[in-house]
Amino acid sequence: MKIPVSWLREWVDFPWDSAELSRRLTASGFEVEGVEPAAPEFSGVVVAEITSIAAHPEADKLRVCQVDTGSGAVQIVCGAANARQGLKAPLAIVGAVLPGGMNIKAAKLRGVESAGMLCSAKELGLAATSTGLMELPADAPAGTALREYLSLDDSILELKVYANRGDAMSVLGVAREVAALTGGRLKPPMLTAVPPVAGDAGPVPIVESGEAAPRLLTRRINGLSNRGTTPLWMQERLRRAGLRSINPVVDVTNYVLLECGQPMHAYDASRVHGPLIVRMARAGEKLTLLDERSIDLAGDEVLITDDNGPIGLAGVMGGQGTSITEEVTDVLLEVAWFAPESIAGRARRHGLQTDASQRFERGVDPQLQAGAMARATSLLVSLCGGVPAAVHEVRNAHALPVRVPVSLRRARLAALTGAYIDDSRVMSSLNGLGMKTTPEWDGWLVTPPSWRFDISIEADLIEEVLRIVGFDLVQEAPTRLPQRFARRSESLVDERSLLDVLIARGYQEAINYAFVDPQLQQQLFAQRSAIRLSNPIAADLSVMRTSLWPGLLKAALENLSRQQDRVRLFERGRVFQLQQGQVDESLRVAGIVAGSRWPEQWGGGREEADYFDLKGDVAAVLALAGPGATFEWRGATLECLHPGRSAAVVRDGVEVGWLGELHPSLRAERGIGATVLMFELDIIRAIAAPLPTLSPVSRFPQVRRDLSITVPVDTPLSAIKSRVSVAAGSLLRDLRVFDIYQGPGIETARKSIALGLIFQDNNKTLKDDEADALMASIAADLGSQLDAKVRD
Amino acid sequence: MVSLTELTGRALADISASADIARLEEARVHWLGKKGLITEQLKSLGAMPAEQRKEAGARINEAKEAVQAAIDARRTVLEAEEISRKLAQGRIDITLDGRGEVPGGLHPVTRARLRIERLFREVGFEVAEGPEIEDDFHNFSALNVPANHPARAMHDTFYLEHEVEGERALLRTHTSPVQIRALRAARDNLPLAVIAPGRVYRMDSDATHTPMFHQVEGLLVDEGVSFANLKAILHGFMEAFFERDLSMRLRPSYFPFTEPSAEVDITCVACGGSGCRLCKHTGWIEVLGCGMVHPNVLTACEVDSERYTAYAFGMGIDRLAMLRYGVTDLRLFFENDLRFLRQFRGGWS
Repeated sequence: MKIPVSWLREWVDFPWDSAELSRRLTASGFEVEGVEPAAPEFSGVVVAEITSIAAHPEADKLRVCQVDTGSGAVQIVCGAANARQGLKAPLAIVGAVLPGGMNIKAAKLRGVESAGMLCSAKELGLAATSTGLMELPADAPAGTALREYLSLDDSILELKVYANRGDAMSVLGVAREVAALTGGRLKPPMLTAVPPVAGDAGPVPIVESGEAAPRLLTRRINGLSNRGTTPLWMQERLRRAGLRSINPVVDVTNYVLLECGQPMHAYDASRVHGPLIVRMARAGEKLTLLDERSIDLAGDEVLITDDNGPIGLAGVMGGQGTSITEEVTDVLLEVAWFAPESIAGRARRHGLQTDASQRFERGVDPQLQAGAMARATSLLVSLCGGVPAAVHEVRNAHALPVRVPVSLRRARLAALTGAYIDDSRVMSSLNGLGMKTTPEWDGWLVTPPSWRFDISIEADLIEEVLRIVGFDLVQEAPTRLPQRFARRSESLVDERSLLDVLIARGYQEAINYAFVDPQLQQQLFAQRSAIRLSNPIAADLSVMRTSLWPGLLKAALENLSRQQDRVRLFERGRVFQLQQGQVDESLRVAGIVAGSRWPEQWGGGREEADYFDLKGDVAAVLALAGPGATFEWRGATLECLHPGRSAAVVRDGVEVGWLGELHPSLRAERGIGATVLMFELDIIRAIAAPLPTLSPVSRFPQVRRDLSITVPVDTPLSAIKSRVSVAAGSLLRDLRVFDIYQGPGIETARKSIALGLIFQDNNKTLKDDEADALMASIAADLGSQLDAKVRD
Repeated sequence: MVSLTELTGRALADISASADIARLEEARVHWLGKKGLITEQLKSLGAMPAEQRKEAGARINEAKEAVQAAIDARRTVLEAEEISRKLAQGRIDITLDGRGEVPGGLHPVTRARLRIERLFREVGFEVAEGPEIEDDFHNFSALNVPANHPARAMHDTFYLEHEVEGERALLRTHTSPVQIRALRAARDNLPLAVIAPGRVYRMDSDATHTPMFHQVEGLLVDEGVSFANLKAILHGFMEAFFERDLSMRLRPSYFPFTEPSAEVDITCVACGGSGCRLCKHTGWIEVLGCGMVHPNVLTACEVDSERYTAYAFGMGIDRLAMLRYGVTDLRLFFENDLRFLRQFRGGWS
């Protein structure tokens, strides 16, 4: 919210410049986010009067003006269409510097001397656009510096007002805060007397929804003229507060809103048929707003209607049909108090946010309406003439808010703040904010003023006191926490262990958005049901990820396109899926690999990383689960992976992870040159680590026997391993595969596998013949079960 | 017949001329072997008169010892030469890079998060987590933000095409819902000191906002917890996190779930308070929001708000990471550019 300091000074005295004022307001809860000058730097511009005007002998579009500068007459050549005799306008005299650093010098324009420049508002940085010279009031004293005349050496505060402080969204509201800080009083500007009331007051309004609109005032002002321009002082204040001047009637309503925070609406009375009726909307009703947008009403909005239907969305925006034009002569002013809960959310639902809705949602002072009506009437009549008629007021008193006294206990104040605050400071802080305090034996009974909607409990009062005395009063005091141990599960592997494994293996951690491109995700996981966002920020960020792969794949491809020839990324994060209608959030870790096995180096590793490199990484992660966990590797389960080079990791019969090469057809579709390898693990399930339980270490020597066999090529190693461990029984300690070969010297369709078997007995030294016998039975078992042949 | 002296002289010359161990061994056999020329001399003793025999024997033994000593010395020299030669042959360029993989690194946000977690754990806070897909109750209502409350406009919420108990599910807009979950779980076992780090989501995307970012929430519930305690923990944390003395100031603010509420500024960590671009020449940077937990929130969690008081705070991990590591554009965190990420490798505490 923008507040010109000069306007504030009209309402309250304070001994501070705008920098100090900003500091004080910020420290009391109204953050000043910026201070800007009311006008850009310029100098040498004075009020001047065009005393006579003549055609330029050489140019049709230029004219030669004789101008009174207050201290003499000068001749100015001017091209503005509105230049005319008697006009008061800003004159940049010779030696003036205009915004942007333009120096004004005496010059000849088409052969005619010009001793300066008459200025438009735009040239002075006082408007974004302008047509012709800036017109100053007829009584502006010639020779006065324009900056002084318009009080342009003014600062505008950009103030942050929190959602609970609707009462501060006005010059009056901020002035009240400043008065509380200085301990001074408000000095509201004197109302110019409202002229006597006469004429047609129109029908009495009907309020059907008295809960939503407990107070409604209307008044007709008949026979005014809206054709003039709004006086410059008001235009300037509106401009500095961030509003554009529209026409005098509208400007007055905006001015009153900015000044005291009471939104009001002006209707063209000639276009309102019958009495104003305030009622709830009916679902499906339509209303065309001032901004020409048509909205469909849901049914819980409050409407202003007349005999012909809706003419305004109450507390938000008026309708187009009754809007104020230049031709209006009879105006119907409406000033209401709407209950915040009847207005809140309605504007936003229709994509609106107006000065009125912001204030009504937060709460307008329910005692402000009559004053605002008087203020608007007085301003309107002085600007536009006209005769005010009597005010109609419709009241539903029981629905108006009542301020209930709240207890503030001295002890609670001390306990919650941890600070000692003197009784007199407590009272002066609260009284300064307009609260009534009644002493009680243990504190005070405090009644907030009508404009405060945010004081309902003791903590609210404590905040108010603290805000005014300042947070600096509270001295830091450390807490002592009891020593309590968390009973940490040792099986829940520490996050850092997981991160360290991947980092040591060359992976760089990535963090991706949890919403991804639905198209890419669909390509990867056609079967999974992703949760869609109702209001995504972009189409390619519109579904929740069901896997970390879409994000990692995108990140990897972007890095490849940035000339990174080797990518190793991992991410730890949640994925989201619907399981039987329930949201399932699962914590995953995933990695992606593209490029050479090792970073390019002289000593090898230049070949492209393959499935087994990835599996080595995955195995290193799974090793966190310890020797007590067993994993099974099942072939090809995900459609997005190469069917012959991918696996699911299975633990206790449940898939806990997946790994493999990105499917070649997906690579082709996405135009990916490199082989891409990916893994993903369900962290909790995959690496929960059973507590180690010791089994005795044998004191007897171990015996190694090697076995070289051939088997049909499609025999998986896992099958061989499981046969061997069955056939070898309890003496087998370890089984190693130290060679795999396929090619010349081996029958076609067969492969050779060399196994190293380590045997050991816990109770005695294993004899050679016992080991030999074991080997023979293993060979026989492999032969019969897997068609294995022992090689010589 | 050659004299023993001459023989010894020849032997010594032969030894010093031996160019390698093998040749030296030959020389040893030649002179001192069983049939060596000097050994042979002993055989001549038998033919000598007894009175000469003793003296001649001693001379021959002296000669033998001298030759043996020369051989040993020569062997030491030759062996040393041999080792040097082998070492010279085995020399490598020790400036070549080591073989194999090069470690990766943590994301700077994770690095900052883990540091925050550690610092709070060390002073007695537990670390809790909560779901990222939340319901209206935990994200708003229980935090004293009823429907249509203007404060909801402060959080531009992402809603999901999914319902939880008849309400549209949403992506949590802050980590505060974890307060509710932790407090409800611990209400019979107070005090509670917990922090909750995690990802949060808001419909916001520009130079200083990303639609996903990270927060850490802190909550302490006990008898007698005061605003003075809150100031102490925050000041202590900031100085610990940034490893330097810092001034801190609190400004009154508004959050529906705390009362009083404050926003916290610290001395600008880039300029030390003298004013720079980062702090917009104010010398202060805003780092977090905090306050005393609103009684309605305690009540919603079935905690007696007369007996217990609580403080809560929430801060942006990304923001702290930016300040700590000199990152000036938030969006860099989520572009996952390896050239950016690699700068945060290495150990930390």
